[in-house]
Amino acid sequence: MSLMQGTQLRSTPPTSAARRAFIRAWPEFENPVAWFVALILVIMPLIANGFFLIEIFGTTLILGTIALSLMFLAGYGGMVSLMQLTIAGFSAYMVAVFGVSANTNISLGWPWWLATPMALALATAFGTLGGALAVRTEGIYTIMITLAIGAAFYYFTNQNWAIFGGHTGINTVATPHIWGIDWRNDVAFYYVALGVAAICYFAVQYVSRAPFGLALQGVRDNPRRMAALGFNVNAHRVAAYAFASFIAALGGVLQVWNYRQISPGSVSVNACIDILIIAVVGGITRPVGPYIGAFVFVILRTFALDLLVKFGLDGNRFRLLIGLGFLAIVFWSSDGMIGLWERWRRRNTTASPRTRRGGHG
Amino acid sequence: MLKGSVGLIALGSLLLSGTAFAQEKIKVGVTATLEGTYTVLGEDGMRGHQTALNVLGKKIGDKELEFVVASTDATPDSAVRAVRKLIEQDKVQILLSPLSGDEGIAVKNFAKTHPELTFINAASGAQETTYVDPAPNFFRYNMDGAQWQVGLGKYAYETKKYRKIATVGEDYSFIYTQVFGLVLEFCGAGGQVTNRQWVPLGTKDFASVIAALPDDVDAIYLGLGGADAVNFLNQYQQAGGKAHLMGGSIMIDQTILSSKGNAKNALIGTIAASGQADTWEDPGWQKFVKAYQDAFPPAKRFPSPSLLATNYYDSTMALILALRQVNGDLSNNQAKFREALAKIELDAPNGKIKLDSNRQAIGTNFVTEVVDDGKGALFSKVVKVIPNVNQTLGYDPAVFSKIGLPSRTVPECKKY
Repeated sequence: MSLMQGTQLRSTPPTSAARRAFIRAWPEFENPVAWFVALILVIMPLIANGFFLIEIFGTTLILGTIALSLMFLAGYGGMVSLMQLTIAGFSAYMVAVFGVSANTNISLGWPWWLATPMALALATAFGTLGGALAVRTEGIYTIMITLAIGAAFYYFTNQNWAIFGGHTGINTVATPHIWGIDWRNDVAFYYVALGVAAICYFAVQYVSRAPFGLALQGVRDNPRRMAALGFNVNAHRVAAYAFASFIAALGGVLQVWNYRQISPGSVSVNACIDILIIAVVGGITRPVGPYIGAFVFVILRTFALDLLVKFGLDGNRFRLLIGLGFLAIVFWSSDGMIGLWERWRRRNTTASPRTRRGGHG
Repeated sequence: MLKGSVGLIALGSLLLSGTAFAQEKIKVGVTATLEGTYTVLGEDGMRGHQTALNVLGKKIGDKELEFVVASTDATPDSAVRAVRKLIEQDKVQILLSPLSGDEGIAVKNFAKTHPELTFINAASGAQETTYVDPAPNFFRYNMDGAQWQVGLGKYAYETKKYRKIATVGEDYSFIYTQVFGLVLEFCGAGGQVTNRQWVPLGTKDFASVIAALPDDVDAIYLGLGGADAVNFLNQYQQAGGKAHLMGGSIMIDQTILSSKGNAKNALIGTIAASGQADTWEDPGWQKFVKAYQDAFPPAKRFPSPSLLATNYYDSTMALILALRQVNGDLSNNQAKFREALAKIELDAPNGKIKLDSNRQAIGTNFVTEVVDDGKGALFSKVVKVIPNVNQTLGYDPAVFSKIGLPSRTVPECKKY
């Protein structure tokens, strides 16, 4: 049943009259590689077992979605925000605070269908507010302000026991049960994560070509000219933050459902920077970049220790291996994995005359 | 991306093939804090674990134990992630986890979602873990932070004549539990705790904390551990601090006493309490110390095992002995194994250990004083041994439950 959810998005048949316009708006429908990847993702539960399904692919989709919000801001808006994970964490905390958990003195015990929208709304408001602060600055100052918000939130959660449960955090957060399905069950949860990731991906894709997205890219390239043309530059930027915050908040909800607990370690400054790494490694020019980056990140994080031990090296140095991996990717391609893929394809297209425009792998 | 997809498929098929082998092994997952502030503690915990394997062997009847290690950083998130990896990827049947207080609370809650597996606490010592809503498949063979402070308050009040003290501690459940045990006893004896300061785990700059330490107290109690404790001592010495000190169980521990530099010398004469004492004469303890020293070259261990090494040793010992009692029988959701775990009485190096109805250890506690062995190495010397310390610290359970759960302000400084 939940299978439908995953495929629906991709298989909506375009009417023949609008077909050409549709293809122009959604080039991935013409791209066989995209179809192939979509197919693999949909039948993933048949291929992978519980660990790979959730810990690798589920986590990839969640982290990718959070990094997607950063990609949207950085790629289309030119604003590098380090607080995207903080927004996700805020939303996760709100799910735990308003919903049901083992910390009965904190959690209000609302049902999930009430707690989740509340969390999404509050997190979006939180992100928009942070954005409103950050848009007054540019470049490195934006990074500093958003990093400061992230760090402040981390220390606040660490020391606030009344709402955030301090260093212990909030444990045993309830996950939705509807229609007799436990949505935290591995397969069901994978499809939820996949569905949310797909919606966010296509939403970003759509917005990037909608008038708002185009104006945003104009603001990125030349804010002064856009202002002269009558666009409200700051309003566009704040709106971009609001949109990105909503996406990050969705990622946060998935994250708290995944681990059933939330504590300050999840919103630490390191974790904020991880999101930046994911986006940069994947590439911030396309919405698919963050997902690729998240996949690389999760694989490295999970297997670096095992790999070192397998080669008889000191397992304690696994962070070094992770760092070297990222360094190598960024060194060979300033635009992350997407850049590598694009260069590889360009070399191939010179060999074969068949060309495709703007394919989104 | 094409390359990526091919990779995915290859990965997927790899996994499927991995599960085909027959199980002649019993897989056990171990977590330790091999990252972050408590790295040193995690590493020594693993040494204790290894010592237990050296002493007891890995054979359970005709089966063999296989251990898979995962790293955490003392945050509950990292512990849950590591435990999940061990269960879902490595398919472990038993867990020896975790090390730190808040990790314990998170893993205990997580244990409830896997009732078919058994969790043996490795070293964590928050009271809540086994006291509030305990998980039926979670066993703890070490005492909690409050039990580890039994004897310290009375000794400070009666022998050292301290009347007023202040505390500095890391802001999380284990240290709350430690301060809980200290305050109950010290205030119960008539002392006063005038000031409790809490610093986030992983604090590096203690300048403001040191500046805010009150002058009109007889002693300052330090509930810090790992890198935090070393940083505090360095800065405290630079600031010219000279107060009498009292220490928590991971403060006065080989993880700190054998740190480099001379800041640790501020600790000579400090009184503390813990689940072990370095210089205890007991032959069982001496044998364990010898086994630990023989297992690793001097440069790769502490002069004497830390509390973490002892805890990992004890929990590994419980695991192996209980498994041998049932001959490695893990059928029927490990029911027999759990029964054996609940009943087992450990003749552990740091005294006899048995479990109460919450599967929480009742054990022996030690009041100690830090001494210099004349060669520049510091050890904790036994002052008093207190056997049979239970989780309610000798209080009637009804009275004990009224005190409340350990937190920044609980318990109040009064006689309960």
